[in-house]
Amino acid sequence: MIYLTLLCEFFKIGLFAVGGGMATVPFLMELAERYPWFTPAELANMIAISESTPGPIGINMATYAGYNAAGFPGSLCATFGLVAPALIIIVIIAKFMSDFSENKYVKGAFTGIRPMIAALIGYAVWQIAVITFADTSGEKIVFRFDAILICTALLILFQWKPTKKMHPIVWIAVGAVVGILFKL
Amino acid sequence: MKKLIELYWAFFRIGGLTFGGGMAMLPMLKQEVVKKYGWSTEEELLDIYAIGQCTPGIIAINTATYIGYQQKGILGGIFGTLGMLSPSIIIITLIATILKSFIDLPVVLHALAGIRIAVCALMLQTVYSLAKAGVKNFLGLFIFLAGFLLATFTPVPTILLVVLAAVIGIVTSARKGDA
Repeated sequence: MIYLTLLCEFFKIGLFAVGGGMATVPFLMELAERYPWFTPAELANMIAISESTPGPIGINMATYAGYNAAGFPGSLCATFGLVAPALIIIVIIAKFMSDFSENKYVKGAFTGIRPMIAALIGYAVWQIAVITFADTSGEKIVFRFDAILICTALLILFQWKPTKKMHPIVWIAVGAVVGILFKL
Repeated sequence: MKKLIELYWAFFRIGGLTFGGGMAMLPMLKQEVVKKYGWSTEEELLDIYAIGQCTPGIIAINTATYIGYQQKGILGGIFGTLGMLSPSIIIITLIATILKSFIDLPVVLHALAGIRIAVCALMLQTVYSLAKAGVKNFLGLFIFLAGFLLATFTPVPTILLVVLAAVIGIVTSARKGDA
């Protein structure tokens, strides 16, 4: 029963993806490896669309992933699965623990979780980078230097003061235009 | 009932009108939740954000749940959360349906290939800023590198890695506390 599987898988993501929307990406990448719901390339599209539409990115991605897996009911299952753990946890915290974020065990746990979440997003980037920067469809792996060059240029622009603060939507639009112009 | 609908509608507007996720939502939340309805103060809002960053789940959703719960108990929490979810479900389902019928056009494929490069660059930047903020010492660097290698090249489940990292963090900081 795909709806129940979606509900359970996204419940697990909601329970373990700490620190906001982007933290769900590595878990979604793992789903792409385990289920035929969507490919890593489709996940990259989902990330772009979720960043360019209103609403929380994590919710947008869950809705999209659920839709790809099982249509509109699938998107509902994925989204509700994702928010259910937080709903329970937040109500408990609101009721019993007013100084939750000051608790020393919580603080301690986060000295480990923060670098791990960064690492896990690194894993998700790696998977997307493999399909973006290399063509593995033939016998030999062919590197796509045009894509590597564009990515490097974007990374430099991210550090450059005048363009540093620009919204991700701008960069996604730039990516689309570059893709169409150079027929990537 | 009126309050519940008010909660739903307020968070519906916040979710439907902010681009870029949780952090980008803060100014809009201030405007609606603090200034317009007086459901919480600015300091309280920042506290909720701090809690949202160290609990599982999406920060924007956690905020909606927390404020809804404070106003009207569990039902309030649920209505606030549903309000925040609704625009995403409507908009994303529409886009996914539309994209499905255009996905084979060459121009769409080229655009998506370019977008994928931008997503790569944006996510690399996210990893960089998260690592910069989260890696404070050698142990942090070790967790970062080991986590990346284990997640990428071994079948160790992601969930297990998060739990392990939390345990390592608790144990090492408890030791430091004793010394």
